[in-house]
Amino acid sequence: MDIRINYRITFIIAFFLFIATENSFAKTIHVGKGKAFTSIRKALSVAQSGDTIIVNAGVYKEGNIIIDKPLHFVGKDYPILDGELKHEIISIKSDNVSVSGFRIQNSGRTAMSDPGGIKVYDAKNVTIEKNILTNNYFGIYLQYAANCIIKNNVIKASQKEENQSGNGVHCWKSDSLQIIGNKIEGHRDGIYFEFVTHSVIWRNIAKNNLRYGLHFMFSHNNAYITNYFKHNGAGVAVMFTKKVVMINNTFEENWGDATYGVLFKELSDCYLSGNRFIKNTTGIYFDGSNRITAERNLFKGNGWGMRMQANCVDITISHNNFMGNTFDVTTNGSLTLNQFFENYWDKYEGYDLDKDKIGDVPYHPLSLYAVIVEKNPPAMLLYRSFMISLLDKSEKVLPSLTPENFVDNKPRMSPYNL
Amino acid sequence: MMRILKYVALDIIKNKIIIAYAIMLALFSWSAFGLEDNAAKGLLTVLNIVLLTVPLMSVLFATIYVYNSSEFIELLLSHPIKRSKIWKALFIGLSLSMVAAYVFGAGIPLFIFAEWDIALMTIAVGSLLSVIFVAIAFLSSIITRDKAKGIGTSIMLWLYFALLFDGLVLFLFFQFADYPIEKAVVFLSALSPIDLSRILILLKLDVSAMLGYTGAVFKNSFGSDWGLVLSFALLAFWALVPFYLSLRKFKSKDL
Repeated sequence: MDIRINYRITFIIAFFLFIATENSFAKTIHVGKGKAFTSIRKALSVAQSGDTIIVNAGVYKEGNIIIDKPLHFVGKDYPILDGELKHEIISIKSDNVSVSGFRIQNSGRTAMSDPGGIKVYDAKNVTIEKNILTNNYFGIYLQYAANCIIKNNVIKASQKEENQSGNGVHCWKSDSLQIIGNKIEGHRDGIYFEFVTHSVIWRNIAKNNLRYGLHFMFSHNNAYITNYFKHNGAGVAVMFTKKVVMINNTFEENWGDATYGVLFKELSDCYLSGNRFIKNTTGIYFDGSNRITAERNLFKGNGWGMRMQANCVDITISHNNFMGNTFDVTTNGSLTLNQFFENYWDKYEGYDLDKDKIGDVPYHPLSLYAVIVEKNPPAMLLYRSFMISLLDKSEKVLPSLTPENFVDNKPRMSPYNL
Repeated sequence: MMRILKYVALDIIKNKIIIAYAIMLALFSWSAFGLEDNAAKGLLTVLNIVLLTVPLMSVLFATIYVYNSSEFIELLLSHPIKRSKIWKALFIGLSLSMVAAYVFGAGIPLFIFAEWDIALMTIAVGSLLSVIFVAIAFLSSIITRDKAKGIGTSIMLWLYFALLFDGLVLFLFFQFADYPIEKAVVFLSALSPIDLSRILILLKLDVSAMLGYTGAVFKNSFGSDWGLVLSFALLAFWALVPFYLSLRKFKSKDL
C-alpha cells in the first residue's frame, strides 16, 4: 500500500521535473558592460522565443529596438534607453512580450509616424511594467492590442505646446487592457482611448497634462476606478461611448475657461458613483447623454457643479453632495427629462418637521442667474452684482423663469458621509 | 490750504461717525473672514461690502457734511482765501478721512486673510470708490441749495450706479443677445465705477475663469498691465470729473 503511494508520488515529481526542465530550455541573456553582449540589438537577434534578456545599468543609444518574438525584456537597476529625439525606442511586434524596469527617454518627435517610448503593434498578452518614461513624444502607445497590462509606469514629459506633445498612454483599436497604477504628467492627454473596449483603468494618476487627463471616444464597456485627475489643461473629456463605469475617481482643480472636471458628450448607459469633483470650473458637463446614473458623488467648490444640457434624457442624479459650488446645477432649456432626488444641497433653506432627514419643501437647484447666464453667457460679467442677488432671491420665492420640473422633491437635510 | 485741511480733518474726527464707520467696516470684514471656511468666500462677502456700503456711506456722509458746513464755508469766504482752495481742501479732507476709515476698517483684515495682490487690488479699488463717491456728493450738493434735493440726488446717483445700471446692462444683454456684443458690453461696464471695480477684483480671483469669453475680452482690455493703467485712469476720471464740475460751479456761485 505504502509502496504504491510512493510510486505515485515519485511519478508526479518526475512529471513536474520534466516540465521544469522543458521550461529551462529558455535561456537568460545578459546585456551590459562586461557581459556576454554589450548591444541590446545583438542580444535580441540571438534570442529565442521565451528567453529572458536582462539589461544591466548603463546608457544604450541603439535607435529603434524591435522586439518581434515572445521575450521577457527586463531592465536591472533602470538602464537608460535613449532615442536621441530621433527614434521610436521600443517597438513590440509579437505576442507574449514583457518589458519592465527601463528608463526610456527622448523618443523622436514626428507627427507622421507618432513615435512612442514603447509602442505595441498588433500584439496580445503584452505586459509593460515598472518603467520610467521621460521626455517622449508618445509614452506608451498600443494599436490593435489585446489582453495587455500596463502597470506601475511613470510617464513624464515637459513639452510646452500641445502640437509638440503626444499622449501619455495612447490606445487605439484595442481590447481587454488593464491600465493600472501609472503616473502620467506633462503629456498632451494623460490617457487616450479610441475604439478600446472591455478594459479596466485603475489607480492611475494623471496630472498637469497639457490638454486632457483622460480622453476617450468610441470606447465601450470600460471601467475607470480610483483614478486621480488633477490640474489638467482642459480636465477630462469623454465622448460617443456606451456603458462606462466610473467609480471612486477624483477630478480636482481642472480650472480655466472651457475646462471641465468631466465633459460627457453623447455618452449613454453609464454609472458614476463615489467620484469627487472638487474645485473645477465645471464639475460635470452633460451634453446629449442618455440613461446615466450618478449617485453618491461629491461636488465641492466648483464654479458649476453640474451643467446639464436640455438634450439629455433619463439622467438620474441621486444621493450626491453639492457643497460650496457657485452654481449647483444649470441647464439651457425648459424641458427636463432627468430626475434629481435625495441629494444634499448646501444652499437648501427648507425644514424637516417629521425628522425623517428629508426636507419637507422641494428644492429648486436652478437659480435664475444660472439660467440667464446659460442663455446669455456675457451676463456672467454681472456676477456678484447686487442687482443679481436681488433677482435671485425674488425668483426663489416665486419661480417664474426657471423650469418648474427641475426640482429635487426629497432634498436631504444633512450631507452624506462620502 | 493746509490749515483749512487741518480744520476739516479735526472736525470730521470730532464728528465720530467716521470712526464708527471704520469700526463697523472692521467688524464686517473680520466676521466675514472669520465665519467663512475659506478666504476666497470671505473675500466675496467683503467685496459686497466694498461695492455697496462704501459708496453709500461716502456719498451720504459727504453730501450732508458739505451742507452742514455751509456756514463754515461762508465764514472762510470772508477771509482773503481763494475759493478753489477752500473747496479743494474740503474735498481732500473728506476723501482722506473716508479712505483712512476704509483702509483701517477693511484693509487690515484683507491684508491678513487674503492674498497680497488681491488685498492690494481690493484696497486700491475701495479707496478709489470712496473718493469717487465723495466727488459725486460734492457735485450733487453744489447743484442745489435745497438740502433735501441734494441728498435725494446723491441717493439716486448711488442707486443708479449700484443697482439700476446693472439692470440696464442685463436688459441690453437680452435685447442684443443675437449679436456679438462682448466688446460693447465690456466698454459699457467700464462706464460705471462700481461695475468696473467689481470686475477688476473678480479678475484677480479664481472665479475669473467662469466669466468666459466676455471675461477674457475684459481681461485683455482692462486686466493686462496697460489695461490696469487704463482702468485706474478711468476710475480717477470718475473722481476728477464730478469734482471739477462742482469746483467750477462753486467758483462762480453766489452763496
